[in-house]
Amino acid sequence: MTLARSGWRTAASLPIAGRVGLFFVVLWLVIAVIGPAIAPHDVGAVVSPDAFGPLSAAYPLGTDYLGRDMLSRVLHAARFTIGLALVAALAASLTGTSLALIAATAGGWADEVMSRLMDAFISIPSKMLALVMVAAFGSSVPLLILTAALSYTPGAYRIARSLAVNVKTLEYVQAARARGEGLGYVARAEILPNMVNPMLADFGLRFVFVVLLLSGMSFLGLGVQPPDADLGSLVRENIGGLFEGAPAVVTPAIAIATLTVSVNLLIDAISGRATRVAEP
Amino acid sequence: MIDTLVEVSGLRVVARKEGVDTPIVKDVGFSIPRGEVLALIGESGSGKTTIALSLLGYARRGCRIREGSIRIGETRVLELDAEGLYDLRGRKVSYIAQSAAAAFNPMKTIMDQVVEGALIHGTSKRAQAEAKAVELFAALALPDPGGIGARYPHQVSGGQLQRLMAAMALITEPDLVVLDEPTTALDVTTQIEVLRAFKKVVRERGATAVYVSHDLAVVAQMADQILVLSDGEMREIGATADILERPAHSYTKSLLAAAAPQPRTGTAEAAETPLLEIHGLVAGYGRTGADGMPAVRVLDNIDLAIGRGRTLGVIGESGSGKTTLARVVAGLVPAARGTVLFDGKPLPTNLTERTREQFRRIQIVFQNADTVLNPAHDIERILARPLAFYHGVRGEEARKRIARLLDLVKLPAAIGSRRPAELSGGQKQRVNLARALAAEPDLILCDEVTSALDTVVGAAVLDLLAELRRELGVSLMFISHDISTVRAVCDQVVVLYSGCKVDSGSRKALAAPPFHPYADLLIASVPELRTGWLEGLPARLAVEAPAPGAGKPPAGLCTFLDRCPVRIAGVCEKVAPPRRALEGGKEILCHHTGAELEALQSS
Repeated sequence: MTLARSGWRTAASLPIAGRVGLFFVVLWLVIAVIGPAIAPHDVGAVVSPDAFGPLSAAYPLGTDYLGRDMLSRVLHAARFTIGLALVAALAASLTGTSLALIAATAGGWADEVMSRLMDAFISIPSKMLALVMVAAFGSSVPLLILTAALSYTPGAYRIARSLAVNVKTLEYVQAARARGEGLGYVARAEILPNMVNPMLADFGLRFVFVVLLLSGMSFLGLGVQPPDADLGSLVRENIGGLFEGAPAVVTPAIAIATLTVSVNLLIDAISGRATRVAEP
Repeated sequence: MIDTLVEVSGLRVVARKEGVDTPIVKDVGFSIPRGEVLALIGESGSGKTTIALSLLGYARRGCRIREGSIRIGETRVLELDAEGLYDLRGRKVSYIAQSAAAAFNPMKTIMDQVVEGALIHGTSKRAQAEAKAVELFAALALPDPGGIGARYPHQVSGGQLQRLMAAMALITEPDLVVLDEPTTALDVTTQIEVLRAFKKVVRERGATAVYVSHDLAVVAQMADQILVLSDGEMREIGATADILERPAHSYTKSLLAAAAPQPRTGTAEAAETPLLEIHGLVAGYGRTGADGMPAVRVLDNIDLAIGRGRTLGVIGESGSGKTTLARVVAGLVPAARGTVLFDGKPLPTNLTERTREQFRRIQIVFQNADTVLNPAHDIERILARPLAFYHGVRGEEARKRIARLLDLVKLPAAIGSRRPAELSGGQKQRVNLARALAAEPDLILCDEVTSALDTVVGAAVLDLLAELRRELGVSLMFISHDISTVRAVCDQVVVLYSGCKVDSGSRKALAAPPFHPYADLLIASVPELRTGWLEGLPARLAVEAPAPGAGKPPAGLCTFLDRCPVRIAGVCEKVAPPRRALEGGKEILCHHTGAELEALQSS
């Protein structure tokens, strides 16, 4: 109850851009959860004789290149895109933060080895890595998650480590060490709570990067494989309708755009002062 | 007829937060005759800086000058528009800030910055302005007045920079100079040279000034009138001598009482073996060389001992190595050489080799209570951790112990659910102390625990320490740069200079000569709470602190060599000083004998 109220107050205190972002983020999360349940048609069913049909009462978002209902397609695809990206971004942020905490508290050679390893990783372009992985192992959902998580862990590690190293030099951490606390306690209870906020902002950005990476992969035909489809695959399969100005190719693109832009707007509004990161 | 330069009446300043105005300066009025100095004195949050800034027609972000009038000469400051204010600031009223180091641009030469004001306001041509600057440098007793302007801010000492800022403020010959805590960030030995220079310039040029400070003794040297403030209200205004000798308001009395600390020492018996003994300690930072010595040696050959239930004062200026000493004992900095004995047994100087029991028995209380409490934890959690960690106490029992600890440091029990950010500085320092006490230690290392606090709050913390010592019998290592505090709480005193122990003895021995020349300088530099103290200082104290980068004297020689007013030519530059034992258990590191020093210092 109080949580809901304080949440509402936070939402009300956001600037307009932040509120718009929040609205779309919540909308997309709801769609990801209940989307398939409210879809008017079966995701694979060819329901209309018209390919690339226009917006109409029967098919609010038109039909795709086979005459399937676009609304149902988008509702299903959103779950794939958001679910995959969420899992991959969570994995990247959690791994990065944990490794960074270990590196920062242990210091010395452990820090040195881990940091250089991450530097090596960061030098591999994420799309190249993804292409190589798919070429070697074939595309599957677990592999896509693993690839995206691998690509974005070093970035999260870098940010988390620099935060942790800064917090580590503060006097309350020194006080804990002078008390004789073990490294585990120092990392968990003294350092971690003071870097959670910027890491949350970083998580949001990483989520966006993963959405874009996975959509890009799917657009190239290397992402989620038919009969399943994510938003990127929807753009790809309907690319033929581009010259007709078919809604089928525009709708999923708009979906990707609103999702990524609204997450960014929300993060900017929540943590104006948090560390801003460019894609590594 | 008295020519009144500044007249302030009915001044009200409000701070706006979430649409609600909170008054921070309430109905303040005063006037300053031309050529006089008015001091604004009060604790932090009393509104003294706010008043000083309103003289420039300026209110800090979130604040607003609500009503009142300020007249400086013919100008009504609060009625000026943006252009009028532009002409006023730096031309008719100039401002000297607390931290000169932060006020100078490190990328430009000093001369460029000093003459900038004159050039902006077009009061003189560059050549004229520079000539005037050199004249001011000489008047402010700066070394090499002709050449210092060509240097960059990092090439001069802190005290010199503060005086250069005064030159910057005076170059346009303003009607009024506002000095905002100009010596607070300086060491006492540096403060004295700055005060001297300010006083001389103010007198010679007949400048009118507003001097903001929390230190009554400093103000006593500078001001003609004192205005005492607390909580944004005027408590008392009067001539300096009147305020100091016949304070009318109870708040002024409490300020005066706190400025002259009473001895708070216990009467514990010295036991047979000292609790902590340090022999030949060498420690520092940076990479360890082939000889096992750190690259930067901060402490050199330190010996000291603390008896059970006794208090040892460690005193020295910033950079003397006193904090490093506490860190070595706490295990945060490893010792390169020497031994530390705790309770007769060697104490590992490395964190990982210490037992939990050793950690428990030695607790360190850091200087800055603002940064030493984890902002993400509430007070209860902060205090519960050492209880659980050292004593295995949890749950209901822990809650009881926390309530008792809070009571011990005189905080309300309700504070437990708050976060550090919601407490005042004094409250945070008490929590900091309570956390150390939760371990039930034998030795508490207090690193400048009162330095960041206002005088009155600091005095309360000192009282608390004395009481705890009496009741719990703990030993204290009390580190401070403030000799009057050390005198008030300590049984034994050690004076550090540049990492060497130059003087040591009992509290009584520190009350009268002979001293080591540095200890003499340190003690004589502490402003006394009477007018005319500054003028009556002996000439041997007029020693300029060396500029940074001047280099330490060669290794092995006396570290105080380049500042020593009584060095013996041909001896001090060649031979390392011997450690001399004087009467009354005193020990100094000097070529002079006790009798020689006594003769020099009694003048």
